[in-house]
Amino acid sequence: MTALQLSQWQFGITTVYHFLFVPITLGTVWLVAGFQTAWYRTGKVKYLQLTKFFGKLFLINFAMGVVTGIVQEFQFGMNWSEYSRFVGDVFGAPLAMEGLLAFFLESTFLGLWIFGWDRLPKRLHLATIWLAAAGTAFSAYFILAANAFMQHPVGFTYDESLQRAVLTDIFAVLFQNTAWIAFLHTLAASFLVAGALLAGISGWMLFKNRQVDVFRSSAKLGAWVILISAVVVSVSGDMDMKIMVQQQPMKVAAAEALYSTQENAPFSILSVGDVSGDSATAIMEVPGLLSFLATGTWDGPDSTVQGIDDLQAEYQATYGPGDYIPYVPITYWGFRLMIGLGMIAALYALWALFAMRGGRVPRSRFFAVASTWILFFPLFGISFGWIFTEMGRQPWIVFGQQLVSEGGSPLLSTTEVWLSMIGFTLLYAVLAILEVALMLKYIKAGAPEPQDVVTDPYGDAQKDDDKQLYFAY
Amino acid sequence: MDLQTVWFILVAVLWIGYFVLDGFDLGVGMLLPIIGKDDLRRRVMINSIATVWDGNEVWLLVAGGATFAAFPLWYATMFSGFYLALFLVLVGLILRGIGLEYRGKRNSDSWRRRMDWMITVGSALPALLFGVAFGNVISGTPIEPLAGTPAGTDFAVNAMSLNYTGNLFTLLNPFSLLVGLMTLTVFMAHGAIFLALKTSGEVRDAARSVALKIGLAAAVAAVGALLWAQAFSGRVAVTLPLALIAAVLWLGALFMTMRGRDGWAFILSTATIAFAVTEMFVGLFPNVMVSSTDALYNLTVYNSSSQSYTLTVMTIVAAVMTPIVLIYQGWTFWVFRKRISTSMIPPQPESGRADDRYAGVGR
Repeated sequence: MTALQLSQWQFGITTVYHFLFVPITLGTVWLVAGFQTAWYRTGKVKYLQLTKFFGKLFLINFAMGVVTGIVQEFQFGMNWSEYSRFVGDVFGAPLAMEGLLAFFLESTFLGLWIFGWDRLPKRLHLATIWLAAAGTAFSAYFILAANAFMQHPVGFTYDESLQRAVLTDIFAVLFQNTAWIAFLHTLAASFLVAGALLAGISGWMLFKNRQVDVFRSSAKLGAWVILISAVVVSVSGDMDMKIMVQQQPMKVAAAEALYSTQENAPFSILSVGDVSGDSATAIMEVPGLLSFLATGTWDGPDSTVQGIDDLQAEYQATYGPGDYIPYVPITYWGFRLMIGLGMIAALYALWALFAMRGGRVPRSRFFAVASTWILFFPLFGISFGWIFTEMGRQPWIVFGQQLVSEGGSPLLSTTEVWLSMIGFTLLYAVLAILEVALMLKYIKAGAPEPQDVVTDPYGDAQKDDDKQLYFAY
Repeated sequence: MDLQTVWFILVAVLWIGYFVLDGFDLGVGMLLPIIGKDDLRRRVMINSIATVWDGNEVWLLVAGGATFAAFPLWYATMFSGFYLALFLVLVGLILRGIGLEYRGKRNSDSWRRRMDWMITVGSALPALLFGVAFGNVISGTPIEPLAGTPAGTDFAVNAMSLNYTGNLFTLLNPFSLLVGLMTLTVFMAHGAIFLALKTSGEVRDAARSVALKIGLAAAVAAVGALLWAQAFSGRVAVTLPLALIAAVLWLGALFMTMRGRDGWAFILSTATIAFAVTEMFVGLFPNVMVSSTDALYNLTVYNSSSQSYTLTVMTIVAAVMTPIVLIYQGWTFWVFRKRISTSMIPPQPESGRADDRYAGVGR
C-alpha cells in the first residue's frame, strides 16, 4: 500500500471511531440538561437521579470524543498537507471558529458543571450544562460547514498565481444549504442515538425491575425522542437528497447503483449480485420512488435521474480523463444500512411505547434483549451514513476541485504512516475496552438512590464550610 | 501593521496561553509520581487541575486552528514534516486526557496505577516534544521545494511546493533537545508552583520544595536554550533582553516560592513563559519556519499566509470572541479558587453522594 492509501485508511479509522462517541454526546447532553431542568422546575428527585445517571454516561463518552477529536484537527496537516495548502484559506476558517466559539464553551462549562454542584447556585449551575450543550452544537455546525465545503465548494475562487483556493464569501461557506441541512440531519440523528441510549438502558432496567419509577420516565422520553428525531432525520434526509442530486449527482447515482439515466427511476430496496456493474438484480424495488425522492416528481422528463455511466462521460468531458465513479458497493449498501438501521430504532420506539401503554412495565425477555442492543442500530446507522457520504464523494477530496490522490502529504513514508496507523488503532482498541467497561459498570450500578443524592450541595457548602468537596475525582 | 503580522502575534499569544495554562496541567501530571506519595495526595493534585485542564487544552486546538486558517502553508509543512513527533504528542494527550477523566471512575488499585502512569507519560511526552518542535522551527530544518518544481519559481510569492525533507531523527538535534528539556523542566516547575498556589498542607509543602529544585534545573536549561537561541535570532538586540528578562522573572518566581508568596510566584512563572515564547517568536519573525537548506526556502508570514479577506474575517472573529473566552475562562478559575488539601477530598471519588457529612443537612 502507498502512504496515501494508508493515510486514507487511517483517516477512515480515526474518523469513524471518533464519530461513535460524538453523536452520543451531541444528543445526550441536551437530554441531561432537560432532566436537570425538570428537576429544577419540579423538585422531583427522580429527575436529579436521571441527571446524575445519564450525566455520568455522557461524560464517559465525552472524554473519548475530546481525546480522539484532537487527532482529527492535526491529521489534516499531518497526512493531507497538499489538501491543507490548497484549501487552508477557506477550510481553516470554520475550524478556527470551531475552536474559539465551540471548544472553549463546551470544555469550560462542562468543567463547571461537573465540579460546580457545590460551588454555584442551582440556577447558575443549570445554566452551565445548557451552555456546554450549545457548545457541542456549535462545534457540530462549524465542522459540518467545513465538510460541506468539501462536498459542495462555494464562496471561493481558484487563484492561478497562488495555485490554491481563496475565500471570497465566508457567509456562503457557513450558511450554504449543504451545510445547514447536513447539520439538521446529523443533529437529529444524534438525538435519535441519544434517544436509543435512554430507551435501551431504561428498558433493560425495567426488565430487571430496578428503579422502575425512575426509568419508566426515561424509557418513555427516550422512545419519544427516537420517534420525533426519526421524523426530522427523514425530512432533512429528503432535503439532503434533493440538493445532492443537484450538487453531487454521481453520489445519488452511486447510492442507487443506477448506471443508466432514466425517468421514473425506481428505488431498489435490496438487490442481489454485484452492484459495481450493471449486473445486479433488484429483488425489491419501488417504481419511480428514486425519481420522487431526488426530484419531487414521479414521472415525466422532470423526474430524470442521471446514471453513473452518463455522469462519468460528462465528468471526463469537464475534468479530463479519469475514473470519477465511487466504489459503488460501499455507497449502495452504506446508504441502505443507514436508512435501515435508523428505521429499526424507530420500530423499537413504537414497540417500547406500546409495551408501556397505560402504566404497563415491559417484562418480556425479547424486549430486554432488544433494549440491550438497540443503541447500536442508529449508532452504526450514522457511521454508515458518513461512510456513504464520504465514499460517495470519491475520487474527490474537494468535489470538482481536488482529487484525493492530489491531497496527501507528498513526502510521508509508508513506514511513518504504518507506525501511526497501527499506533492509533491499537490505542483506540484499548480505549474502547476501557470505555465500554466503564459504561457497563455505571449502567449496572443504576441511578443513585434518592437518599444518596444531595439535593442542595451549594446550600450545604454555604452552611457547613468544613471544606470537604462535594464532588472530586 | 499588516494582517500577517497581526496573526503572527495572535498565534504567538495562543501558544503563550497554551504553554501557561496547559503547561501547569502537564507539570502537575509529570509530578504525580514525585509529589503524589499516596493516593490521597495524588487525588489532591488531580483535582487541582481536573476542573480546568480540558479548557486549557483548547488553547492548543485554537493555536492549531488559527495556524491552519491564517498560515495554511506553515500548518501544512510543519504538521506533515514533524509527523512522528506530532503523533507522539497526540498519543500523549490522549493518554493524559483519558487518565485524568477515567481515574476516579473505578475503585481498584491497579486501575488507578495504570491511569497514573498514563497521566504522567501522557504529560511528559507533549511537554518535551513541544519544546523540540519549537527548537526546530526557529533553528531551521531541511525545507526544500519538491523535485519537479519548475526552475526559477518565485518562492517569495509562492511557497506551495516547499516541504520538510528530514525525518524524526533530524528533529532530535542538540539545540532542539535542549529547548525540549527547557519546556519539560519549566512546565514541571510551573506545575509545582501552581500546586503550591492551589493546595494546602502536605501537598503544598512538597510542591514548594520540588518547585525550587526543579526550578533551578529549569533555570540552567532555560538560560542555555535561550542564549543559544540568540544564534538563530533575526534581531538579537531585542531578543537578548527578552531572554534576560525571562531569566530574571524566573529567578523571581523561585524567590517568591521560597518566601511562600504563591500568587506572586505563579504570576512570575507565567510571565517567564510569556517572555520566553515572545523571545522565540520575535527572533523568528518574519519567518515562520526556517529552512536550513537555503534562506530562499524559508516559510514566512507573507508567503505562507491566507489572503486578506480570510485574515480580516478571522481578525473580526478573534477580536469579538477572545475577550469573551477570557472572561468566562477566568471566571472558572475564580469559581474553583479554593485551595485543596487532603482533608477536603471526599472518600469516594466521583460519587457526589450524601455521606455522613451531609446527613440531615439541607434536605
